[in-house]
Amino acid sequence: MLRKGLNIPINGEAALETMRTIAPDIVAVKPTDFKGFSPRLLVAEGDKVLAGSPVLADKQNPAILLTSPVSGTVKEIVRGEKRKLLAVLVKADGAGEVVDFGVKDPGALTGEEVKKALLTSGLWPFIIQRPYGVVANPALTPKAVFVSAFSTAPLAADTGYVFNGELDAIQAGVTAVSKIAKVHVCVNGEGSAFAGLKAAAIHTVVAKKHPAGNVGVQISHISPIKKGETVWTLSLLALAAIGKLFTQGKVVLGRKVAVTGPAALKTGYVDALPGTPVSALEGCFDPEVENRFVSGDVLSGESVGKDGYLGFFDNQVTILREGRDREILGWANPLRFNQFSSSMAYFSWMLPKKKYNMDTNTHGGRRAFVCSDVYGKVLPMDIFPVYLIKACLAGDIDKMEQFGIYEVLPEDLALCEFVDPSKNDIQAIISEGIGLMIKEMA
Amino acid sequence: MEENTVKPGLFEKGGKLGWLHSTWDAFDTFLRVPATVTSKGSHVRDSIDIKRVMIIVVLALVPAALFGMWNVGYQHNLAVGDLPGFWSQFWWGLWKVIPLYLVSYIVGLGIEFAGAQIKGEEVNEGYLVTGMLIPLIVPVDVPLWMLAVAVAFAVIFGKEVFGGTGMNFLNPALLCRAFLFFSYPSAMSGSQVWIARRCGADAITGATPLSYLTEGQGAMDAISNAGFSFWNMFAGTVPGSVGETSVIAILIGAFIIIWTGVASWKIMVSSVAGALLVGWLGTAFGVTDVPAYYQLVMGGFAFGTVFMATDPVTSAQTERGKWIYGFLIGALCVTVRFFNPGYAEGMMLAILLMNTFAPLIDHCVTSSATKRRARKVSIA
Repeated sequence: MLRKGLNIPINGEAALETMRTIAPDIVAVKPTDFKGFSPRLLVAEGDKVLAGSPVLADKQNPAILLTSPVSGTVKEIVRGEKRKLLAVLVKADGAGEVVDFGVKDPGALTGEEVKKALLTSGLWPFIIQRPYGVVANPALTPKAVFVSAFSTAPLAADTGYVFNGELDAIQAGVTAVSKIAKVHVCVNGEGSAFAGLKAAAIHTVVAKKHPAGNVGVQISHISPIKKGETVWTLSLLALAAIGKLFTQGKVVLGRKVAVTGPAALKTGYVDALPGTPVSALEGCFDPEVENRFVSGDVLSGESVGKDGYLGFFDNQVTILREGRDREILGWANPLRFNQFSSSMAYFSWMLPKKKYNMDTNTHGGRRAFVCSDVYGKVLPMDIFPVYLIKACLAGDIDKMEQFGIYEVLPEDLALCEFVDPSKNDIQAIISEGIGLMIKEMA
Repeated sequence: MEENTVKPGLFEKGGKLGWLHSTWDAFDTFLRVPATVTSKGSHVRDSIDIKRVMIIVVLALVPAALFGMWNVGYQHNLAVGDLPGFWSQFWWGLWKVIPLYLVSYIVGLGIEFAGAQIKGEEVNEGYLVTGMLIPLIVPVDVPLWMLAVAVAFAVIFGKEVFGGTGMNFLNPALLCRAFLFFSYPSAMSGSQVWIARRCGADAITGATPLSYLTEGQGAMDAISNAGFSFWNMFAGTVPGSVGETSVIAILIGAFIIIWTGVASWKIMVSSVAGALLVGWLGTAFGVTDVPAYYQLVMGGFAFGTVFMATDPVTSAQTERGKWIYGFLIGALCVTVRFFNPGYAEGMMLAILLMNTFAPLIDHCVTSSATKRRARKVSIA
C-alpha cells in the first residue's frame, strides 16, 4: 500500500472516444527522445525509406538503430545549435510499405535472437536502462525487466481503453522479453486486464495516488537498484510493439494518443504515430491563444511547441495555456478558489472534487529550500529527496550515491517539483546529477 | 499591458534605474503575482510559494502580538497602581511596541534589500517573519539603538553571510536576542527589565515567574506569594517579553501553523515531552517543587516551542530528526532553568544550541537510513 503521493486535479481528461486517425504528411524521427543515444545518420535527404528502415544508429553502439515508422522519402535533416541532430523528417507516401522481419513464435526464440530482432527492427531503444534512464546496452544482462501496467500521471491515457484488444500482442512481447531476463509486471488491483499475463511475475500495487504508477517507484519497493546493478524498464506501448514485431513480422508503432489538457477545446483519442506533428490536432485547440503543447503529461512531458512532434514513448498530448497574467496580491488573498494547492495554506482542501484549469504560471519566485517536509509527502520511496537534490546541486558523487541517485529518474521527483514552494526546477537538477554520474562513473 | 511600458524602461537591467532592479522586483512581485511561466520540468505548479508560507506565520503571530501589546500596558498600570480601562492599556502598550516594530523592520528589511541589490537576486521573504518575531522576544524597554545594532548583527552575520533565507543555520530572531543578552546584559536580565517604565521613573521590580525557579524546594511558595498561578501564566497576565506570556494566544498561532502545515507538529510535541520529562525528573529528585506542567506555561517555553524551534530552515530536516531535535530542546530548556540561577530562561540557549546540532542529528538519521537500505534483500 503506497499512501504517499498526489493526484493533481487538473481539468481536461480525455473523453473515451476515438476522434480520428491521423495519417500525417510528415513524420519526425527524433533522436532527442532517447537519453544516451548519440545519433549517426544512415540516410540522406531524398532517400526512400520503408516502415522499419533504419534511419539513425548510435555512435557508441552501432547495432542500436532508430527506424522510420512510415514509408516515404527523407525530406529534411533538422539540426540545431552546433549542428546537433534534432530530427529526421520523413515525408509519408501513404503506400504503407514495410520491411518484412518475418513472423516468429517468441516462445521458441532464445534471448540472443530476441535481442537481435529488437535491434534490427529499431524497437530496441524502447528499452530504458536504470540507473540513469538511458537506452539499454545490449551487451548487458539486466537483473530484471520491470513493466508498469498502469499509469497514475495527470490526465494519463486510460490504459483499459488504449490497450483494448492489444492483450495478445502484449503477451507476445512479455514472452519475448522474458527470454532475456525475468519480467516483473506491476498491476493496480486484481481486476487488471494484465494480471493474467504469463511468463512474468505479477505484483499488485495498492495505491490511488501518483506516482505509484511510475515504474521507478515500483522498482524501489520490489527490488531497489544497488550500485553495479542494472534494470531495464518497458512500457505497455513498447511491449505491444515488440509483440507485433513477432506476431505480424513488421514494425507497428501506431497507437491511441490521448488529447488532454485544460486548454484543449476537444478532448479524446486519436490514432497516431510517434513523430506526428501536434499541429495535426487542429480543431482540438484554439490557434489564437498562446498554448503550450506537451508531449506526455504535465509533470514530466516535453514542451514541443506548436510545430513540434509527438515523442516516441508518449501516448498523450497535453495542451496548456501559458499563464502570463498577473494576479493582484495573489499570495495574500485568502480565498483564491480557482488556484489549486496541495498544502492547507489555501482553501482548495475544501473542494476535494474540483478540477482546475491550470496554466503554466510558476505562482511565485525562485527561492532557496525553506520547507523540509512537503517533498517526502509526495514521494513514496525510501529516500530523502531534499538531500538527494542538494547532493546533485553540489555535484557530490558520494552523497548522490548515498541518497539514492541509482533509483530515481527525474520523473519520480516530478511531484516534489510541483509542490515545491521555493519553485526549484527539481527534475532539471536531478537530470544534471545523473549526467554527472554518467560522466564520472564511465 | 501597460505594465510592460513602465518596467523595462526604468527598472529592468540596463534601464536608467536598473541598479534598483531587486528593490523594484520585490515591490512589484509583492503587489502582483509574477508573470513567469515554467521553463523546465513540471509544466504546472502548486499555487503555494514562500510569500504565502511567510505570511501565514506572520498571521499566526498576530494574536500573541496583540495580547502582548495589551499586557505591556496592563503590567505597567499594575506596577504604578493605576488601572484604567482595557483600551487605554492597549493603546499604552501599542505605543511602546510600535517603535520596536519600526526599528526591527526598517533596519532588517533595509539590510535585506541592500543585500539582494548587491547580489542581484530577488529579495527573500524570510525577514517578514523574523521582523515580526524580534519585538515579541525582547523586553519592551530595550533601548532602540541596542535593538537596531542587534537586528543588524542578526541579519548580517546570522543570515546574509550564509546566503540569505534558507541557507542560515541559526534562527536570526533568536540570534538577535542572544546578541542583546550577551552584549548588553544589564538591559536584558535581572528583575527590572520586564515592565515598561515611564521615562525617569524609578525602577519597578517586575520579576517574572521564572526568576523564582532557582529557589529549589521553596520555588512553588515563592511563585504563589508573588501572585502567580498556573492559570494567570496560561492566560499571560504576567511580566515577560512582549509576546511570550500568553499561552492561549500562542496556541491560537500554533493551531494556524500546524493546520496549514507550515510548522512541524512533531517538533512541538516532542519539545513538550522533553520539558515534561525533565520537569518531572526535577520534582522526583527534589531539585524543585514546581510541577512539571508549570514549565510549559512559564517564560518563553511555549513561544519558543511554537514559533522558534519549528523554524523550518534551522530545525532538523528529517522527520525522525525532528522528534529528537524537539525533545532535546524541551529537555535542555528545563535543565537550564533548574541549574542556571543567573539567567533562568533556558529556551533561547536550548534552541540555539540545538540549531547548531540539527545538521548532526540529520546526518545520523540519514546515514542510519542509508545503512538500513543497503541491507535490504534483493528479491528479483
